[in-house]
Amino acid sequence: MIENKWKQDFPQLNGDFYYFDSAATSLKPEIVINSVNYYNRELSSNINRGMYDKSQKATELYEESRKTIAKFINAKNDEIIFTRGTTASLNFVASAYGLTNLTADDEILTSELEHHSSVLPWINVASKTKAKLKYIELEKPGKITIEAFKKAITNKTKVVAINYVSNVMGYIVPIKEIVEIAHKHNAIVIVDGAQAVQHIPVDVKALDVDFFAFSGHKMLGPTGIGVLYGKQELLEKIKPIEFGGDMTIDVEKNSFGWKVSPTKFEAGTMPIAGAIGLKTAVDYLTNIGIDKVSEYTKDLYNYFLNQVEMIKGLIIYNPNSDANIFTFNLENVPSHDAISFFAEKNIALRAGQHCAKLIHDYLNINASLRGTIYIYNTYEEIDFLVETIKEAIDYFKKLGF
Amino acid sequence: MSNLDNLYREIIMEHYKNPRNHGLVDNENYKSNRIKNPSCGDDITVQTLIEDNKVKDIKQEATGCSISVASASVLTEIMKGKTVEDAKRIADAYLNMVTNKEYDQSIDLEEASVFSGVKKFPARIKCASIAWVAFKDTLE
Ligand SMILES: Cc1ncc(COP(=O)(O)O)c(C=O)c1O
Repeated sequence: MIENKWKQDFPQLNGDFYYFDSAATSLKPEIVINSVNYYNRELSSNINRGMYDKSQKATELYEESRKTIAKFINAKNDEIIFTRGTTASLNFVASAYGLTNLTADDEILTSELEHHSSVLPWINVASKTKAKLKYIELEKPGKITIEAFKKAITNKTKVVAINYVSNVMGYIVPIKEIVEIAHKHNAIVIVDGAQAVQHIPVDVKALDVDFFAFSGHKMLGPTGIGVLYGKQELLEKIKPIEFGGDMTIDVEKNSFGWKVSPTKFEAGTMPIAGAIGLKTAVDYLTNIGIDKVSEYTKDLYNYFLNQVEMIKGLIIYNPNSDANIFTFNLENVPSHDAISFFAEKNIALRAGQHCAKLIHDYLNINASLRGTIYIYNTYEEIDFLVETIKEAIDYFKKLGF
Repeated sequence: MSNLDNLYREIIMEHYKNPRNHGLVDNENYKSNRIKNPSCGDDITVQTLIEDNKVKDIKQEATGCSISVASASVLTEIMKGKTVEDAKRIADAYLNMVTNKEYDQSIDLEEASVFSGVKKFPARIKCASIAWVAFKDTLE
């Protein structure tokens, strides 16, 4: 057992509270909170336009953040676009690239594992462009394999919209191999990395992905800030879909031009405090090392699995998850009944469909409970969770469920 | 009694396991309303037959948690035979009760009063309300 050195950095964990809902959003360490506060308290000013010290400094920090994130995923600075989050990033690609480039002859390839933000934008593109939306056949218990992907891709496939790690199953998708195959078919690959960046090292150049999206708030950063990585050649070709302040040049009564990427995609005042906070979060994670994060949380997850595997009345849908996500139900107990038991014990889990209905259809269930283990969780917390799962099973059985 | 024991009363469990007036009819005279809650998977349909300004019959089909299934069942038992005005008043009082708002205590909620434990669980108010909201719409 390793002692947890990080929990003390998270002020929300100051009492009787057991947080296992990190896939929904992560907690924020004090230094991230401080850096958001630092901007709001000391530096409030707009960026790229104020000709005074504070504005200069804020602009610097905002651009520092872009650099830090670029380095974190091995991209060039100008390939990093700030957005509101994964949802905004993925919708942007669907609208700016999908709607303008696809036709009725094309195919879009996706999967039932996707979070709604990775598939709904493409359902929309398909219905507008008449392109055909196809689903990769999953392997039990709910995985994307290279073999299945090879079967599904055709020479008509223009876009592959796929997750790196599913927020329900937590399995790592073989993105590198998928990208290689997709590129041979001249398809581009858009990766939803929202559940990946906080768990595994990501190198967009090594993966050779075309677009990669993630959210700040799931990786210890603030809400309201996210990232879209895009290959420079692609970003140069794509036109902005939002127009307004800062992104323009040469505004006339009936026409205007725009700057180069990423500025052309960042119209209006951006979440400056969020970007500055995200830099601090990335620095915090980098200082620990994503490998270390992964190692610690994996040990904790295995410790959890070992204890629950034999519990009668507990159904786990994704054994051996790669991202410490456990999706489960108590036998015969609807997830919204079960969640109240955990909530009464100050255990935060998630109940429902987790914005991923299609995978619940695939699993043939209405809804599920989901827990996630992250760096601030401890062995003692796992013990309490396991104990509570057992108590909950007994409680609902006695009630007659 | 713990908050949880107060939520999962025997009557609720009994309705959950044996829902009354369950199963829909294919009859145009019934006014039908279906509400789904996509975040939790609840899917509830209520059908109401109004004759002579009274709830002559009511049917329901509910999938979801015990609270939503039982509250649909209790609803159908209580509302049968009520005038439309009484039905509306009872439904309003019930919905106020579960959301911890003030309501007219002189209105008899009959068996539905067992859902008062819901107010301690803000996250479950939707579960207890969904069938009743669906029912109210069938009266309009
Ligand atoms: C896999 C996955 N994709 C996309 C999202 C959407 O992220 P956001 O809500 O931050 O836009 C989430 C989180 O909810 C997720 O888990």
